[in-house]
Amino acid sequence: MTVHSDNLQTDLRINSPDDFYQELIELHAGLSDDESQKLNARLILILANHIGDITVLRQAFQYARPRDAGSHTAFTNQ
Amino acid sequence: MAAKYPDLGSAAGKAKQARQTYEFIKPAAIDSGEVAHLPVIIVGGGPVGLAAAIDLAGHGIQSLILERSNTVSDGSRAICWAKRTLDICDRLGTGERMLDKGVTWDVGKVFVGADRDPVYTFDLLPDKEQKMPGFINLQQFYTEEYFVAEIEAMDRAEIRWQNEVIAIDNEPDKVTLTVKTPEGEYHVSCDYLIAADGHRSPSRALLGLGFEGRIFEDNFLIADVRMKADFPAERRFWFDPPFNPGQTSLMHKQPDDVWRLDFQLGWDIDRTEAMQPENVDKKVRAFIGPDVEFDYEWVSIYTFSCLKMKNFVHNRVIFAGDAAHLVSPFGARGANGGLQDADNLAWKIAYVLQGLAPPELLNTYDDERICAANENILNSSRSTDFMTPKTKVSRFFRDACLELSRELPFARALVNSGRLSVPCVLDQSPLNTSDTDDFSPKQRPGAACMDAPVQLDGKDSWLLEQLGWTFKGLYFAAEDEDFRGAEALAQGSLPVEVIVVRTRGSAGLVDQQGLVAKHYDARPGTFYLIRPDQHVAGRWRQFDAQQVQQALRKATAQA
Repeated sequence: MTVHSDNLQTDLRINSPDDFYQELIELHAGLSDDESQKLNARLILILANHIGDITVLRQAFQYARPRDAGSHTAFTNQ
Repeated sequence: MAAKYPDLGSAAGKAKQARQTYEFIKPAAIDSGEVAHLPVIIVGGGPVGLAAAIDLAGHGIQSLILERSNTVSDGSRAICWAKRTLDICDRLGTGERMLDKGVTWDVGKVFVGADRDPVYTFDLLPDKEQKMPGFINLQQFYTEEYFVAEIEAMDRAEIRWQNEVIAIDNEPDKVTLTVKTPEGEYHVSCDYLIAADGHRSPSRALLGLGFEGRIFEDNFLIADVRMKADFPAERRFWFDPPFNPGQTSLMHKQPDDVWRLDFQLGWDIDRTEAMQPENVDKKVRAFIGPDVEFDYEWVSIYTFSCLKMKNFVHNRVIFAGDAAHLVSPFGARGANGGLQDADNLAWKIAYVLQGLAPPELLNTYDDERICAANENILNSSRSTDFMTPKTKVSRFFRDACLELSRELPFARALVNSGRLSVPCVLDQSPLNTSDTDDFSPKQRPGAACMDAPVQLDGKDSWLLEQLGWTFKGLYFAAEDEDFRGAEALAQGSLPVEVIVVRTRGSAGLVDQQGLVAKHYDARPGTFYLIRPDQHVAGRWRQFDAQQVQQALRKATAQA
């Protein structure tokens, strides 16, 4: 399968995955659940802007949403 | 010591300074029993109904407005009039009066917390070289009074105050109304009825039609106060300010030293308690400081909803403004959207009644204005969702945007305090002739025409003053070109007046600054066909009379 630049990259791209994972968990050290949620929200916004392309982001939304939760209705379709 | 606060008194829910009342004149039909027939009757003497009557009169169509009350709006209500509304009102004759009285503003600022610097600033009029500004603030009753004054000077429009429509018979060939007045009832009929009787539309109820959408669980307090203050004439909006912690607030200047203060209150509040003078006073004092003298003009608590009728055209009854669609106030898309309804509808009714277009043209009001209403509701709902997060996670994201906006430019664009009214581009309209030539998208078919300074016979003028009321052509001529295509369009039942745009000279229309050519992406030979409501119907790089005629038929629902 050819990978186009407007497709979500799903093969490994992080060059040291274990470091990344440890640092992501440690980033939340000492935070309450609410503070962690806020951190995650900020992080998602920052990363989403870095990706930039809404088509790629929508693909990520699909992967992120639990399969058994049903499809979400995009607000723009209302 | 107990604080002495200004008397809230009659300002609660009703303007403290009453507007003039208009005289009830007993319609002759009450005694005679005669059923008069008019081309158009308009239910509701608000801004939308009044504008429609003036527009119809300009097209030569007689109309009658039936208004339940004996006066104009009893509070400031709608205050922000957008550029497109001002362009429409200028065509109708009240634009300059509104501009003279109104507070002009183009800039909006969004603040977070106690920060003195805004996180986000927007300019609603990036191109300053236009007759009308991005926005003016003007109490709704002024807009209405200026319209009423126009109508009172007209033969082709009449307002009957204290005339309440209590029954509507929507027949295939006419609409017959039963009208109740202080001195009895009478019947009157019309070819078309415009229902512009507000969001609680009695007409909608009389016809048993639905109004569906979302209701937002939040309360807002509007306090319009009169005070001498030198706050800037900008739209200033706060998230989580020290004077209304955890909620939003807005400050906006109106004429007559009146300021709109708006406080988000949240959902679980006691509305009666919140309207107690000492509680309103506490909020206002926290906002403007302890020393400024003020008095109340109009105070109201509101919740909001985004609601819409499924269709606006119901046989011979056509809904417009809040009666057809309701949005939250953030974004100024209510009255501004409504006036664009009137602008879209008036010429269509006139053309159908005058036999210049088939009745199918009226269905395109549905196509075009439902699309616009959807756009307004979408924008208004998004703003509301940002201001009143519905879930814990949406609050986290909202707060994350606000926190990041202090430091990171991208987050500022996500901060949504209302996306202010801009005219809907009628992209999907069946009246458009799609581009076949290469053009920049800005003035594409379906877009409202942008203004630009021009010279007309050597005198300073504006492009938009030349457009509207009938179909017009804009032909961009090469230097010294003798354009002869106009004659071919001057014939037939729908003559098109062609305006030749030249780059220099002292006669005709001259685009001496080149801004018309710039905005319209025009080169010598470019031709635009423009509708009576100043929207682009079609455009070409080369003039071809047959193509223009074809587009004209399409734009009048004949093809």
